[in-house]
Amino acid sequence: MADNQNTKFEAKQGTVLGWLDKRYPLVSTWNEHVGEYYAPKNFNFWYFFGSLALLVLVNQFVTGIWLTMSYKPSAAEAFNSVEYIMRDVEWGWLIRYMHSTGASAFFIVIYLHMMRGLLYGSYKEPRELVWLIGMMLFLVLMAEAFMGYLLPWGQMSYWGAQVIISLFGAIPLIGPDLALWVRGDFIISDATLNRFFALHVIALPLVLLILVFMHIVALHRVGSNNPDGIEIKKVKNEQGLPLDGIPFHPYYSVKDSMGAVFFAILFAFVVFYWPEGGGFFIEPPNFEPANPLKTPEHIAPVWYFTPFYAVLRAVPDKFLGVVAMGAAIMFLFAMPWLDRCKVKSIRYRGLSFKLLLAMFVISFIILGYLGTQPATPTLTVLAQIFTTTYFLFFLILPYTSAREKTKPVPERVK
Amino acid sequence: MSIKNNNDSSVNLQRRRILTGATGVVGAAGATFLAVPFVSSWQPSEKAKAAGAPVNADISKLQPGQMLTVAWRGKPVWIVRRTPDMLANLPNMDGELRDPASNESDQPEYCKNPTRAVKDEFLVVVGVCTHLGCAPLYRPAIGSPDVGDDWQGGFFCPCHGSRFDLAGRVFKAVPAPTNLEIPPYRFVSDSIVRIGEGPTEGGTA
Repeated sequence: MADNQNTKFEAKQGTVLGWLDKRYPLVSTWNEHVGEYYAPKNFNFWYFFGSLALLVLVNQFVTGIWLTMSYKPSAAEAFNSVEYIMRDVEWGWLIRYMHSTGASAFFIVIYLHMMRGLLYGSYKEPRELVWLIGMMLFLVLMAEAFMGYLLPWGQMSYWGAQVIISLFGAIPLIGPDLALWVRGDFIISDATLNRFFALHVIALPLVLLILVFMHIVALHRVGSNNPDGIEIKKVKNEQGLPLDGIPFHPYYSVKDSMGAVFFAILFAFVVFYWPEGGGFFIEPPNFEPANPLKTPEHIAPVWYFTPFYAVLRAVPDKFLGVVAMGAAIMFLFAMPWLDRCKVKSIRYRGLSFKLLLAMFVISFIILGYLGTQPATPTLTVLAQIFTTTYFLFFLILPYTSAREKTKPVPERVK
Repeated sequence: MSIKNNNDSSVNLQRRRILTGATGVVGAAGATFLAVPFVSSWQPSEKAKAAGAPVNADISKLQPGQMLTVAWRGKPVWIVRRTPDMLANLPNMDGELRDPASNESDQPEYCKNPTRAVKDEFLVVVGVCTHLGCAPLYRPAIGSPDVGDDWQGGFFCPCHGSRFDLAGRVFKAVPAPTNLEIPPYRFVSDSIVRIGEGPTEGGTA
């Protein structure tokens, strides 16, 4: 192992870089966050998804900006303008499919990124804020995706938005007025579409960008976790550099670039050969223009919302269903405090945590499947069972994690 | 005049606190007022509010058991011509309903009766599920295959499985909390229903 090869940049006087650095903290910023950011040397496959999320974000920004050049945010023109992009705009189909498939890719990457956090305890002290900012990112991303899905103004856009905005109406007292305020009309209409467009292309992307910045700043303050859950800052050499750390550049910049290329190949395959994702990335009813008088026979949200949607449907009460759905997300925010075990990584944790996490992941996946299916009595009972086990994870964890029989955690990364 | 630093005993910290506090309070009040136009601009516009004009529906060709959908304020309004059998069956449903007397539900006072209608034969109801706003399906046949063998006819919401009887009354143990909404309406003549206007409103149309 090349012992902490120095990639420190220095700005010499009399050079362009020197001139710039005197006026802007170029060198120190580069060194702090890239050249001299020491990350644990034992990152594995799971650590690709952070940088991949960034890559997909860039994809969404670029394709999104290009789409706004041909898209018309009005109820009368939206559906046709999307068809125009798909048929008549040069390469429009590719840009649109990159954007719509990119949305699903975003959630695949983010769910795996979150899974990594759960596996290796990346939400634990001192990384609580990294986790909280990440959860806020997840929340904003869901809002961003939801608003984006209204824009093509297809049947599923329309009725999906109708259902989700009606969720606000379930809040006691202020609910109906709040839903009216969000829609800006008595029904989902041109006003709703126009404001969702504004939020989708300007407001929420700005919030996302700021949160991503904060997520990375918070991470670089405390340093990255790793598959062993060992704090590499505890063991340092004479120069104060972590012995088990390697500078992000070139080690992880190269590794992540490889991951990015591999991901891009997979992504291209989906975009070219499977852009609708078998009806999961773009649902069939969305190829019909929105019709306010007729709900599609079976409506389901896009796949990445279905676990939470299944929780909503499982509860046979309007308001409590909304509460349960909100709680299903909110409990995740509390992970740093619900998990009371000092050991971070699943590698050194007890059986109880492994079983609980397995139960949680299985519940999440089955709820995700149930959310795509019609609400038959049998499936509703199943949804109720797995909603219960989903929540049991958060309710049992504080007790078992405090009493967990863990394995000894090594001092150093092997 | 030189600028004083904070260690200088001549700096009046108390005055600075008062000034900062006063600026903060005035600024916060200003920001609150400034928020009003931004928040209010999300309310329905005058144009949206004006779009709620009443609509007429011709029911002269409606056969017993048939349903007609008309758009009122952009929402589907259903007119169902109920058969004598359907009407006779309504009281039998009471035990299975959440709100059989429509005490918790939205309807004009003149429709708060057992058939929820001005004329028993014609049900006029807003076709928007009171759960999350889908348009339920009209399933008048007894034992409709997609609803169930014990189904007595009514409306079924495909989104989340809510069920309503042929007076738009919600069943127990479904997600929808209240009966389907009845809009204000009146019979202009035997063949014309005017939706959006009660019997005492408007003139002779």
